[in-house]
Amino acid sequence: MGRVALVTGVSSDLGAGTARGLAADPEVDKVVGIDVVPPRRQLDGVKFVRADIRNPVVGKVLAVEDVDTVVHLAVRPTSRSGARSSMKETNVIGTMQLLAACQRTAGVRKLVLKSSTEVYGASPRDPAIFTEDMPARRTPRSGYAKDTVEVEGYVRGLARRRPDILITTLRMARLLSPRIESPLGHYLRMPVIPTVLGFDPRLQVLHDEDALAVLRRAVANDIAGTFNVAGPGIVMLSQAVRRLGRPTLPVPPFGLSAVGQVIARTVRVDIPPDLVDLLTYGRGVDTTALVDSFGYRPRYTTDETLEQFAATIPPGALRADRIRGAEARIGALTGIGESRE
Amino acid sequence: MNSSNPDGANVIPLGVRGRPGRGGRATPSAAARAVAGSKPRSGPQSPDRDDPSLEATSSATSPPTIPSQSADERATRDGSSSGVPVTEIVAALVNAAQQVFGDDWERRAAELMAFTRRRLTGDYEVDDFGFDHELTSRFLMTALRPIANQWFRIEVRGVENIPADGGALVVSNHSGTIPMDTLMTILTVHDHAGRGLRSLGADLVFTMPFVSELARKGGATLACNADAERLLSQGELVGVWPEGFKGIGKPYSERYKLQRFGRGGFVSAAMRTGVPIVPCSIVGAEEIYPMIGNVPSLARLLGVPYIPITPFFPWLGPLGLVPLPSKWLIEFGEPIRTDAYSDGAADDPMLVFNVTDQVRETIQQTLHSLLVARQRVFF
Repeated sequence: MGRVALVTGVSSDLGAGTARGLAADPEVDKVVGIDVVPPRRQLDGVKFVRADIRNPVVGKVLAVEDVDTVVHLAVRPTSRSGARSSMKETNVIGTMQLLAACQRTAGVRKLVLKSSTEVYGASPRDPAIFTEDMPARRTPRSGYAKDTVEVEGYVRGLARRRPDILITTLRMARLLSPRIESPLGHYLRMPVIPTVLGFDPRLQVLHDEDALAVLRRAVANDIAGTFNVAGPGIVMLSQAVRRLGRPTLPVPPFGLSAVGQVIARTVRVDIPPDLVDLLTYGRGVDTTALVDSFGYRPRYTTDETLEQFAATIPPGALRADRIRGAEARIGALTGIGESRE
Repeated sequence: MNSSNPDGANVIPLGVRGRPGRGGRATPSAAARAVAGSKPRSGPQSPDRDDPSLEATSSATSPPTIPSQSADERATRDGSSSGVPVTEIVAALVNAAQQVFGDDWERRAAELMAFTRRRLTGDYEVDDFGFDHELTSRFLMTALRPIANQWFRIEVRGVENIPADGGALVVSNHSGTIPMDTLMTILTVHDHAGRGLRSLGADLVFTMPFVSELARKGGATLACNADAERLLSQGELVGVWPEGFKGIGKPYSERYKLQRFGRGGFVSAAMRTGVPIVPCSIVGAEEIYPMIGNVPSLARLLGVPYIPITPFFPWLGPLGLVPLPSKWLIEFGEPIRTDAYSDGAADDPMLVFNVTDQVRETIQQTLHSLLVARQRVFF
């Protein structure tokens, strides 16, 4: 059976990786990539269509290329503070347009949606670990989180109207990778990391290899449903920051208001607005369904992902060898010697 | 500690770099010091050996008063050519460490340093709920222990009723205006049963800065069925205070009268996971902040359940925040088994209510008997 996959948001690192992976898959005959900007590098075996998914032209692409599998990766977090409104347009209106086209195109059999664990929001009323059937305790009211909630709503609408389309929703945790641009990666690369004073959130991250493998598996196999995708285990933000050897700057919560944001941005110490809730209350998700029903066991735990990330970025001011050195000096001075455990 | 044994001060040559010179307690060995070229004491009268801080001060300040010593002499003695008497300060610190940590000081100081290093480099593990085992047992529990032992003089009964392993739900009464009883129960279980008690807290706990951070690291999580069942099925010991704010914020006149036990959510969580319920009765927490009034309007404004007025707060300011030193008794009762019920038992509200009442009655009865057993409220 000849299969044609359409990948939206193909210019992003994750989109390009997915398109490349699908092109290499003998099961998939043709891969069409669509985005408003061309990918940074040439994608071998991928037919790139420069188009905006907010435009009805996407319906024509679906029909002309005879697409049967749509991989929707164009729901993306805001990378910079200013780009929010255009991002919301692409995320929400683009999805509506794409889903409308899917509904009209009889050939579409499958939709793989890259959603985010942001749909659970982050609040003090949250359970420690979310499973797929739990709703957000406090519905996200802004930013990327709100976009994902709305996008999932529209996808449910499509599922009602076209029950023959197989839908896989992948709620991915925040990506952290030296190779892939992500807001969390950008945040953790800052020389001094601003944190929310008095809160130490639990973070759970996803390795890009796992993200790509899950997307490939979702295209290759017919597994309907919603799945949390994240590396097992959590780290505290304070712990992550210390492992990166970076000093922190605790910012009182009112410093996160509009005025605080402006000041913070001018001194280039800025908590991305999309991340504020997550970096205050944190979140953990259950990945049992991913392992048992979806059939994929993440290869990297949150710990290991962070370790890989730490190894590839320049170490911070408080790096581990300096602390070890200080300990050794104190040890030599007091005669306690090397610490033994 | 070495006052009774004058030789006790001599056993650790480390850090003193093998120099003699402590002498006896009554007569400081001047001869030994002269041989070793050690610093003389600042005065003819020997400073009190039992005070490490005094020694530290004297050794830090005395070197400038010995101009007769040549720099070379000092350099060979200190092992450093700088004018700062590093070795002597270090020796004093080591001595101080020995007095603080006891004979085992060297190992413990090394441990402390390793602990500090692990904290600073992030080299430790937390579980999915954010429970930081190392921080809790090394730091939080150590900080609470003197309060439990010296201030409240907690007397513990029925520790054998806490299962040594496997999941169990400790259900306790709640009182005292601020949740000191929760902290004390966690410490008691940690010290007497050797297990971490994972407490279930109100969402207010996780709204407050600093408190939320420490609560999660100390093993607390939100009081909801999802978290409770997850912890219990992982075989953890979970603590719940089902009276909530109604119990902890009740006026002093209603002390030791149990309030409604929530909606029985804790019973259904125990039934679903088939773990025993261990009733826990705490006497003493009611008296630490006797609440005689409340400012509901201000509480509403601040978004907290109550603003307590006690005989000392807010009149004495921060001093009013010191809890009264009441005598505490904590009794763990016989476990109530839930694994014998059928599968659908947790969905049978009547059964859940009955078991809830049974737990509540047990705790109320135990409270009465403990109150009789307690001789005096304070001393």
